[in-house]
Amino acid sequence: MSGAKALGRRLLPQCVALAAILILIWFNFPGFFAIEMQNGRLYGSLIDVMNRGAPVALLAVGMTLVIATRGIDLSVGAVMAICGAVAAASSVRGDPLAVTLVMSLGIGLLCGLWNGVLVAILNIQPIVATLVLMVAGRGIAQLITEGAILTFNDPGLIFIGSGSLFGLPMPVVLWLVFGIAVALIIRRTALGLLIEATGVNRRAATLSGIQAPAFLIMAYVLSGLCAALAGLIVTADIRGADANNAGLWLELDAILAVVVGGNSLLGGRFSIIASLIGAMIIQAVNTGILLSGFPPEFNLIIKAAIIVLILLIQSPRLSHLAAFVRPAGPAAPAQGKSVAGGASAGDARDIKKLERTAS
Amino acid sequence: MNAKTLPLIATLVIFIAAFAICTLQYPTMLSTRVIGNLLTDNAFLGIAAVGMTFVILSGGIDLSIGSVIAFTSVFLAVMLEGTSIHPLLAFVLALAITTAFGALMGAIIHFLEMPPFIVTLAGMFLARGMAFVLSIDSIPIRHPFYATLKSAYWVMPGGGRLTLIGGAMLLVFLAGIIIAQRTRFGTNVYALGGGAHTAALMGVPVGRTTIGIYALSGFVAGLSGIAYSLYTSAGYSLATVGVELDAIAAVVIGGTLLTGGAGFVGGTLIGVLIQGLIQTYITFDGTLSSWWTKILIGGLLFAFILLQKGILSLSSGRRRLTMKGA
Repeated sequence: MSGAKALGRRLLPQCVALAAILILIWFNFPGFFAIEMQNGRLYGSLIDVMNRGAPVALLAVGMTLVIATRGIDLSVGAVMAICGAVAAASSVRGDPLAVTLVMSLGIGLLCGLWNGVLVAILNIQPIVATLVLMVAGRGIAQLITEGAILTFNDPGLIFIGSGSLFGLPMPVVLWLVFGIAVALIIRRTALGLLIEATGVNRRAATLSGIQAPAFLIMAYVLSGLCAALAGLIVTADIRGADANNAGLWLELDAILAVVVGGNSLLGGRFSIIASLIGAMIIQAVNTGILLSGFPPEFNLIIKAAIIVLILLIQSPRLSHLAAFVRPAGPAAPAQGKSVAGGASAGDARDIKKLERTAS
Repeated sequence: MNAKTLPLIATLVIFIAAFAICTLQYPTMLSTRVIGNLLTDNAFLGIAAVGMTFVILSGGIDLSIGSVIAFTSVFLAVMLEGTSIHPLLAFVLALAITTAFGALMGAIIHFLEMPPFIVTLAGMFLARGMAFVLSIDSIPIRHPFYATLKSAYWVMPGGGRLTLIGGAMLLVFLAGIIIAQRTRFGTNVYALGGGAHTAALMGVPVGRTTIGIYALSGFVAGLSGIAYSLYTSAGYSLATVGVELDAIAAVVIGGTLLTGGAGFVGGTLIGVLIQGLIQTYITFDGTLSSWWTKILIGGLLFAFILLQKGILSLSSGRRRLTMKGA
């Protein structure tokens, strides 16, 4: 009933933006939507967008939850490098694939736990807490690879980067399955609501009996796991661990994907699916600029322009203005919103204001 | 000694202790040559970190400075190699552009109520993109005026050279300290960092101050870009990637609270020098690999955050005690 409808309304701007960008590319590059089957695997530009967007999409899943708790995780790029280095080092040592994967994912979980403990237990501001690992992490990754690019030949590990399952490239399968699984688990249980409550107002959440630290740590641990998966994909894709460049600046792309997905950096209401679409928007823009034959120098400017445009649309000040312009007749949308789940970012600010004036 | 100055003093003590340990191991490190190089090599980072200190004191963040430095250096290189204008005029033009760029970001942050993190992230992409559009090559600057500026240095006793950019960094820090401590604008910045709502109620012009802070950061990043182009005698659009993180780390190690409202510009200088010292030590040692720099800086960052946390909880605990006593 209204659940699906609300989700549809929530995802509409992102879907429209993605469709607009895809159609724009298609105008310049007519073969864009062509997909063909070869050797039991799908090929085509669209599949390529999904494949190349896999690391950012995976990071965006964890980042969405972290941002929903009013946090931010700057360390994911460095964690990718660490986990990639651990996997490559383990593979070079001749460990079986299972051990390699468990070690790599385990290190990712540990990194997330470290961030989570700093934020939740020591009450350090998320941006600083994760900055520590962001600065030190790349050094640690270089320590593991000893400054070289570690290459490996384990076919199992390589399969994660360039194999295919059900006709789709393995990275696409990974982010689709992982993203949808996390979204379902979070939304089919009370977890999502509790995370939103923690993000909107941590004190109020604690006072109403929510174990806020546990949810904060959980969000960062999940972000670490996502980073480990993304690191495995990137490492397996190039069949080597590059501690310097693996995941470099991807944390910014992931944060961008979450923001483009319409999630507020002030925490509260979130949608993982919207963030995944956001990641695809970013990748479609990147691919589109390359395909359309623009000089690559313009890539960043176009990206900046698109971000500013999307941010303008989402700006709280502008939406206030829009509320004045909108005819006052059907007041239903506002109600529908609050039914759809939790308090909006605007509500969060109002609550904070109230709290401030009260104290 | 109170809770306000304790992080600054701790930073200073750590710097002196670290320098003493380095000197014990390598006695030649205590020379004006090493100190002169420390200042010259970190000049552009130090200058940019002054602007970052103001931004962080006000409770914001500026991710764009690395890109703005690169843009300025490419802009100068293109102007000086492509046209015949005098470098001083090019400096003025570059500073005008970067200041306007910073002011624009400040205006967007204030008027559209957008988080500084995302606005300056877009600014980071935009400035880097503009640098790419100007040129994707590394352009050498061969203007004779640059040679004159580079040869302008003061020989310190002991043979060390205080170069122009090293001296400029110290001057920028001096100016920053005066602005932060002795002007109305500086007081407004601290007030804003304490809480935008409270500051507005106290009559602080929030909009003007916010725009001023980011304009100042843009201006200082432009200065840093000039210093960087003097340092390398070239303009390259891929240069100084990630300098904003080094600057943030320097500010935090310098004892400024990232939540804003507390800290000193002078501490940032020591934060920059500590980072430089780690690099110098690794160069002197020769066997340590470069990645230890990152790990050590990360560790220091962590130690300082913990220190600040401890001081904050101690001071708030004491305040509670005194309140109970009264």
